[in-house]
Parts: sequence; structure tokens; C-alpha cells
Amino acid sequence: MSESPGQRDNYILETLDISKHFGGVSAVDGLSISIPRRGVTSIVGPNGSGKSTLINLLSGTLPLDEGIVVIDGKRLRTIHAYETPDHSITRTFQEVRLFDQISVLDNILVVLTTRKFWAAVFERTNRQYRARAQEILEQVGMWEKRDALAMDLSYGQRKLLEIGRAMALNVNIYLLDEPFAGLFPQMLERVKVLLKGMREQGRTIIFVSHNMEIVREMADHLIVLDGGKLLLAGEVEDVLNQPEVISAYLGT
Amino acid sequence: MMRPPGWQRITTVLRNPREALTLSRGNIELWANLLIILCALVFMVLKGATFAVTLGTVFGIWAMLSISLNLVVGYTGLLSVGHIGFFGLGAYTVAILTSTTAYENLRTGEIPTFGWPFFAALPVAVLVAGLVALLVGIAFNRFRDDIYVLVSFGFAIISFNVFLNFRALTRGAFGIHDVARPQIGNWVFDTELELMLVSLVLLAIVVGISWFIVSSSFGRVLKAIREDEQVAEVFGYRATHYKLAVWVISAMMTGLAGGMFSSWTTFIDPNSFILLESILLVSIVILGGLATIWGSLLGALAFVLLEEGMRFLPFLPQEYVGQARQVVLGVLLVVLMMFRPQGLVGRFKL
Repeated sequence: MSESPGQRDNYILETLDISKHFGGVSAVDGLSISIPRRGVTSIVGPNGSGKSTLINLLSGTLPLDEGIVVIDGKRLRTIHAYETPDHSITRTFQEVRLFDQISVLDNILVVLTTRKFWAAVFERTNRQYRARAQEILEQVGMWEKRDALAMDLSYGQRKLLEIGRAMALNVNIYLLDEPFAGLFPQMLERVKVLLKGMREQGRTIIFVSHNMEIVREMADHLIVLDGGKLLLAGEVEDVLNQPEVISAYLGT
Repeated sequence: MMRPPGWQRITTVLRNPREALTLSRGNIELWANLLIILCALVFMVLKGATFAVTLGTVFGIWAMLSISLNLVVGYTGLLSVGHIGFFGLGAYTVAILTSTTAYENLRTGEIPTFGWPFFAALPVAVLVAGLVALLVGIAFNRFRDDIYVLVSFGFAIISFNVFLNFRALTRGAFGIHDVARPQIGNWVFDTELELMLVSLVLLAIVVGISWFIVSSSFGRVLKAIREDEQVAEVFGYRATHYKLAVWVISAMMTGLAGGMFSSWTTFIDPNSFILLESILLVSIVILGGLATIWGSLLGALAFVLLEEGMRFLPFLPQEYVGQARQVVLGVLLVVLMMFRPQGLVGRFKL
């Protein structure tokens, strides 16, 4: 490729020809995308276009069949889920996946504590962890609920807690799978505020959404997938003004 | 709303005795605790000191077993019905290493005698259980949920058959006699009271280790793995390592209980290590409550009371006592699963 190193540095995450097949179906098919380091990137596309599969591949939740992922200059052929924090990546799930039968507070604390295997046996929950957990839970408005089991929360609260849990992991890249789906306006605003705050801290946010209004409001860059392939990519307004996007996704 | 945790509850009541009434109203946990402990006390007073002491020893052994199993089943979510194998391994290791009886020649030849003291054999028993658990665990780590139950089931069957058929070492169905009693210098722990002491000290060690693990960051990771292994991995924890570690620790403590058991009975044969015992053990853990050490102590106490206590029911002929226990335990479990699936004091449901 003819890109100069300087241009390369603008991208924090790139995929080179990655593919994932389920049986005979190609969920992601030779996909090459580049995610800019600055700002919020949104991934859109019809159902089955490979958005969630892409997130699963980038977070090591599913193994790659083919291709290379470049994360911050590191070229990777395989990504193990347990290594993603080391690559400075974390994620949320489309179907909220919390640690259901432990408390809200523990859901956050488990992300904060040490990853060192034997040190964990001797580590107790210290004031520092507690303070950080409180900070995060207050940000997502869940501090009063800290002793409740995660399974007893409402859908919106679960969604918020999952975003809070991701925020607790201090990384650069956040992959959020439909963070706005099914939320009441009030909760929706809260999620927007959280994401804007993370953006201001200079973190890279990649989110999947079906709601074009939110995409327009929140995203700087847009990637449109179709059938596991890249349809269009670029600045939000540029992409949304393309005739094929207008006809395919915006109806008229 | 959540009730305050145990210790806080006690201090609240001490500060303001009237609080006791409000806290006890509708608090099934508290009543279950009181009822079982009261039963134990009544039994001990009625049946005298000898009974109480035996009860203490047996309780120690079952409590060690149920707490170690709870680490795996309750905290990590791996439903193992194979733990009886590790119990047997511990028991047989202590029996083989300490027994000195000159046996009659079997077709398979004489079994070797080592004549070790109990406290030298016990650490070896723990290590043997741990080592086998490590090898078995590496294979088991590929499985989860229902399949995990089945493979652990297989392990229980295999270990029973090894005990039964590896006659050169275990004497098969003949069993091993004269397992050494614990001994420090010239002090032999020969009486029931002294054995209870050893049993309860070992139990205290098991409780201590388990509490240390589950109250640490490590323990929280175990619970996260129980809830969603894949998500725990996304947050940087290698679930297989954690599962293997807790499995080995649990097996070692089970082996410790086995060693104590074999020294207490002084005679073991494969019939003590059948699959049914393992299922009883899982029942105790579920009865007491998953993911709670106190619950396992309570479950073990309830079970031992049931086991020893039913012998004294006047209307029950002696020959039916054994079967009746299992019936009662079975009914108890069904009722519990219907009305209180989290067990007597637990919060977590399987």
C-alpha cells in the first residue's frame, strides 16, 4: 500500500481482508476497514450484514478464519478474548451480558482487580478499588443499586451497567454493540452523555446502531456494511449523502 | 431490599435488642439456622457426651467435604459429582501408607506395608488427590454445564473401579484394616474425643483456606466465571486457569477429609466411595446453599443430624434406618428445590 507512516498512525484499528464463515454462510467476507484514532465511529448495515460478527472478531469472542487485524500498529492473526485488555480493547454485547447472580458493585469490582493469578488470592477489595467503583457507578447512576443482584435490574439499568463495566476497564478502544437499543429517552440521554465524555477523554468509540438520528448526532465516522462486505466508509455526512445509502437505509 | 449481612445483623441486635424481632420476622435463613443448631443441641443433651463427640467427628468430615465441593459447584459453577473419587484417593493413600497389618496372601499377592505415621501420610494423601485432580482437571476443562456433570460422573465410576480392582494396592473388596490413628510423639489420638479434636482442627483449616479464597479478588473472579465464562475472558481473565486452580485446591481439601475419614474408621473398603455418596454430598451442598461456606457447615450439620438422629426414632425398625435416611433427604431436596432453590442460606441458584 502506498500510505505513508503518518497516515497509518491516524488509524487505531484496521482489518485486512478478514473473513468469518458459519457453515456455508460468510458473515464477514474479506472485510478491510480502518477506524480513525480520533472520534466516534459508527457501524451500520441491515440485519445479517456482519456488524455483530465484526465486533465479535475484534474482541476475540469469535476466532478469525482469515485475515489480519492491526491494533495500534500490532499485526495479529489471532485474538484471544483474554488478551483484549492488553490490546486496549473492550466491548459490550448486543444482548446484555452481565454477571447476573453477583451484585452490581461486584460487577464493577471484578473488572478493576488484579489480573495476576496468584496475587489475586491475596488481594482484598481495598479503598482504592471501592472509590473507583463508586465513581463509575455514580456516573451511570447506579450507586444506590450497588447491593442488588445484576439480574434484578431493569433492561435499561442493565444496559447502563454493562457500559459502566466496560468503562471500568481503562482502555483506548470501546466496541459497543447497539448501546442505544431499547432505551427510554432519559436513559438514552445518559448513554449519550457517557459516550461524549469518553470521546472527550480521547478514547476511540466504535458503536453499532440502527438509529440514523443517533448516528448523525453521535458519530464522526461511519462504516456501512452489507452482506459481510464494506459498502461505504467515511465522514458521517458524506456517507449519508450518498445515493445508495439514502435508498437502502433511509427509505426515500 | 437486601438484609444486612450476618455480622452486621449481630451487632445491630446487640446494640438494640428490639431489632431482633423485626429481623427475625419472615427470615427463613435465621429460622433454619436456629432450628438446625437447636436440633443438634437437643440431640447432644438427650443422647449424652459420647453421641455428641461422634457427631462432632462425622460432622467435621462431611463439612470439609461439602465446603470443598462448594468451592467448585457453588462458587465456580462446575457441578461435579466426582468428588467422592478424591475422597477415596485421600482415604486410600492414608490407609496404604499407615497400615501395618500382615495380610493373608491373596491371589494378587501381598500388599506392601509402609507403616508411616498418620501425620506423615496425610500430606501425601493431599498431594496425591491434588496431582490426580490436576491431570483430570486438564481434561475436564474442555467441558461445561451438563457435559461436565457426565464426565465427573465418569470419574466417580472409574475411581470406584480402581479401588475395587487394583487389588495389589487396595486389596479390593477385602478393604484395608488397622489404619493408623493420628499421633504426635507418644500422644495417640485414640479416643473419640481426641479424634473429634483432629477432625475439627482440620475442618478449621479447610474453612480458613476456603474463606481466604472466596473473600479475595480471586473468589470474585470465580463467581464471574460461574456467571459468564466468555465475558470473564473478555475482561482479561483466563477462565481455564482459574477453574483448574480451584478444582485442584478443592480436590486437595477433599483428600484431606478422606485421610481423616480413613483414620477415624480404621477400616476402608470401596463401598464407602460409591457414586451415591457423591450425590449425597452434592445434595448437602445444595441443601445448605450454593456459594456460602456457612451454608455448607449448616448443610453438613443437618445431614449428620438426620443420619445419626433417625437411628433413635422409636417407630422405625433398625433395618430400615439406612433407606429411610435417603428417602427423607430426597424428599427434603425436592421440597427445597420447589420453595427455596437457593438452599437454606444461599443467594445463588444453580
